[in-house]
Amino acid sequence: MTTATETPDGIVLSARHVVKTYGGTRALKGVNFDIRRGSVTTLFGENGAGKSTLMKILAGVEKPTSGEIVLDGETVEFNSTVEARDLGISIIHQELSLAPNLSVRDNIFMGRELQTPYGVDFAEEARQTAKLMEELEEDVDPLTPVSALRLGQQQIVEIARALSVNSRILIMDEPTSALSASEVAVLFGLIDELKSRGVAIVYISHHLEEALQVTDHAVVLRDGSVTAIAEAKDIDLGWIVRNMVGENYDLGEPPPEDFGEVALSVRGISVADPANPKRMLVDNVSLDVRSGEVVCIYGLMGAGRTELLEVVAGRGASAAGEVWLKGEDLSGMSIAERLAKGLGLVPEDRQQDGLVQTMTVGRNLSLASLPRLMSRLVLSRGRERDLVEAAIGSVGVKTAGGEAMIGSLSGGNQQKVVVGKIFATNPDVILLDEPTRGVDVGAKGEIFRLLAARAAEGLAVVYSTSEVGECLSIAHRIIVMSRGRIVAEFGADTTKEEIMAASGEAVAV
Amino acid sequence: MSKNGSLTVSKATTEERVQPARRSPRLNLGRLLLEGRAFLALIVVIVVFSILSSNYFTVNNMLTMSSHVAVYALLAIGQLLVILNGGIDLSVGSTLGFSGMVAGFLMQGVTLKMFGDVLYPSVWVVVIAVILVGAFVGLVNGTLVSRFRVAPFVATLGTLYVVRGFALLMTNGLTYNDLGGRPELGNTGFDWLGFNHIAKIPIGVIVMIVAAAAVSLMLNRTVFGRWLYASGGNERAAELSGVPVRKVKVWVYVASGVCSALAGLILTSELTSAGPTAGTTYELTAIAAVVIGGAALTGGRGNIRGTLLGAFVIGFLSDGLVIVGVSAYWQTVFMGAVIVAAVLLNAVQYRGGRKKGRRAEPPAGRATAVPPGPEAATTQTRG
Repeated sequence: MTTATETPDGIVLSARHVVKTYGGTRALKGVNFDIRRGSVTTLFGENGAGKSTLMKILAGVEKPTSGEIVLDGETVEFNSTVEARDLGISIIHQELSLAPNLSVRDNIFMGRELQTPYGVDFAEEARQTAKLMEELEEDVDPLTPVSALRLGQQQIVEIARALSVNSRILIMDEPTSALSASEVAVLFGLIDELKSRGVAIVYISHHLEEALQVTDHAVVLRDGSVTAIAEAKDIDLGWIVRNMVGENYDLGEPPPEDFGEVALSVRGISVADPANPKRMLVDNVSLDVRSGEVVCIYGLMGAGRTELLEVVAGRGASAAGEVWLKGEDLSGMSIAERLAKGLGLVPEDRQQDGLVQTMTVGRNLSLASLPRLMSRLVLSRGRERDLVEAAIGSVGVKTAGGEAMIGSLSGGNQQKVVVGKIFATNPDVILLDEPTRGVDVGAKGEIFRLLAARAAEGLAVVYSTSEVGECLSIAHRIIVMSRGRIVAEFGADTTKEEIMAASGEAVAV
Repeated sequence: MSKNGSLTVSKATTEERVQPARRSPRLNLGRLLLEGRAFLALIVVIVVFSILSSNYFTVNNMLTMSSHVAVYALLAIGQLLVILNGGIDLSVGSTLGFSGMVAGFLMQGVTLKMFGDVLYPSVWVVVIAVILVGAFVGLVNGTLVSRFRVAPFVATLGTLYVVRGFALLMTNGLTYNDLGGRPELGNTGFDWLGFNHIAKIPIGVIVMIVAAAAVSLMLNRTVFGRWLYASGGNERAAELSGVPVRKVKVWVYVASGVCSALAGLILTSELTSAGPTAGTTYELTAIAAVVIGGAALTGGRGNIRGTLLGAFVIGFLSDGLVIVGVSAYWQTVFMGAVIVAAVLLNAVQYRGGRKKGRRAEPPAGRATAVPPGPEAATTQTRG
């Protein structure tokens, strides 16, 4: 992985032997990384591999512990993002960094307002904003508050802001995670346009297939070291994953088809959009799941997966339709009552909905089972300890123990805690909304294997995903949702192309 | 082959990240000092004033100061419950004053027009009635916050004014004096709360200790306590785990109202008079005690021990300043400085805690890219 084999021409920015340590942890272990003019360099790697750290160093957010940054052949040192920005380096963070209360115009010019002796030149700012949005094919009035925009549009604003400073080097950290397929297509068109203007782009994404489409140079990072570098034309998906995990990509197989009675029966569920009651987020969805069966719900963002699962779990009051569990109507029951009956949800966003960050691993695990742990009015510590130990063991959480703070765990282990919390209630039906979001490939496999093992014991599993590769793992049945409706249903022997075509997603851009 | 293979790989990578940041012993000492800061502050207060005044560190003065502290501490215990839930209760001072006025009113005798009689309720009836009044104010707060989703700050600010207004209206601003009761009416004993002792310990202090012990047990050993910590730490996650978050929310405000009523009873009894302006700004003292005790205003963190220490720091400091003869204006400055210092240290402590968590790279990708709220839910594809 030396740069000697590459032509030095075209390299605008390089990291040389960059080391970054946090406390005792070495996040980067001497990384060399080159960015070329007019091309897209994609950085692949699992969570915790050091991708974000490396990008933060290149963008001046953080300083390397040792090693240097070379810009146009000269060693540079950034003391802030402003300095990096002045040298033409911009970063689009994976977390949106917009002020939702301000307008699109004000966000784009935040921190570098066009000043005249008479105050800010709002008219000129608005004109430039309108021009930028036009280039991005996003029809948004510059004076619209960002909070009124859809998430994908907000992402576009974020990109517009980076473009507005005429960056020579643009770092995109997960730019498509909130975009719809058509918006992704616009973004990719834009990337081509930027390339032809000579902009160097660094691209990071968990959507490997998508990233592969725009990549010119691929660099794989594993455990803080670069493990592989290649030209895009020489590689495929398997190559990336092999180098990321050092293993073949395998998310398991469906457990034996030994189904029992219908465990969960969803009948005619509809959910209206709170912002626009005429639009249905979930439109008359019916679904039966038998015990021992694993059902995957595939759909793009906004297809209604989350809303459906949340209504079934008891969150959100107004919804038409019925939910039956083992022949019992759950209508009007609270989340707590449904949990007690044996129906639990692992929510989509583990930080927002899954975990209590102020509590320990053990207390998070026991949270849904507390009523069972009572002994004469007080909580039985012994029973709680037993439950926590059993839960840690059964889902394989790598932790120092139940007393460790939840924040000390990696993303995958945090997710296992959320799953373990629901498992601890001994459910008959478990719903999982994007259970592998923000989880590295290794932990993904472990979570799917856990679910498959429980399904073999008779648990009914329903999980949703927006990654088509995850449909073809442990699911017996794949249900495709689009715009709130079930549009297709496949068996485990289907193909990615069939699923994607059914969802209305473009197979190739 | 790959099943076992990838399992071991992920083990290796996750274990490295899991290590919960072992600190060096020196740092642990710093951490200990930080966590025990309320206790240290109390020691410093006692030592400094003992040096400045020979009257300070005597059994009698300690007991007198403790009975002052009892009023603050009871308010602070209620406040702690609300703050653990992520809310705030600004109405506790008014509720204290109003409770005292209700006690005064009942002790004066209730004229029943219908029968032309004057009814003199016995002291226990008065106590129970006052506690119910406090609970009712709390119920109003809790309902506003949980059912009508009014921001706690605003809801309890409103009750602060309304309740204080009722207290003033009851007598047009006058004070009920001489609440000793008369033996022939069978309503003596109200001053028992404020003047009596059991084994030399003032009743007020005993009430405080009992309340603290009961709430501490509730927080640490009962399901409700765990529900409270969970819903204060992350209400959405708690709800999805089956925690009845709205019920918890109502009950913490009710508990805070009851604590305020108890404090009102003790203060009124100590003074044997009930004034409608009693307890003005005590809500701020209570919040200060909770904060000095290390609780986070964002909810989910804090405990009774810290809150009690916080109340003692405030009470012992303000009484000490009086004993030493510092001007009342300077006392205000000192109190403010102590509160700011406490909040600064809280910030240091919780930032430290969060850094520990951040060591593992923030869960990347979609998990963090999607903010909460309806935007995420209503995003639609145009594809």
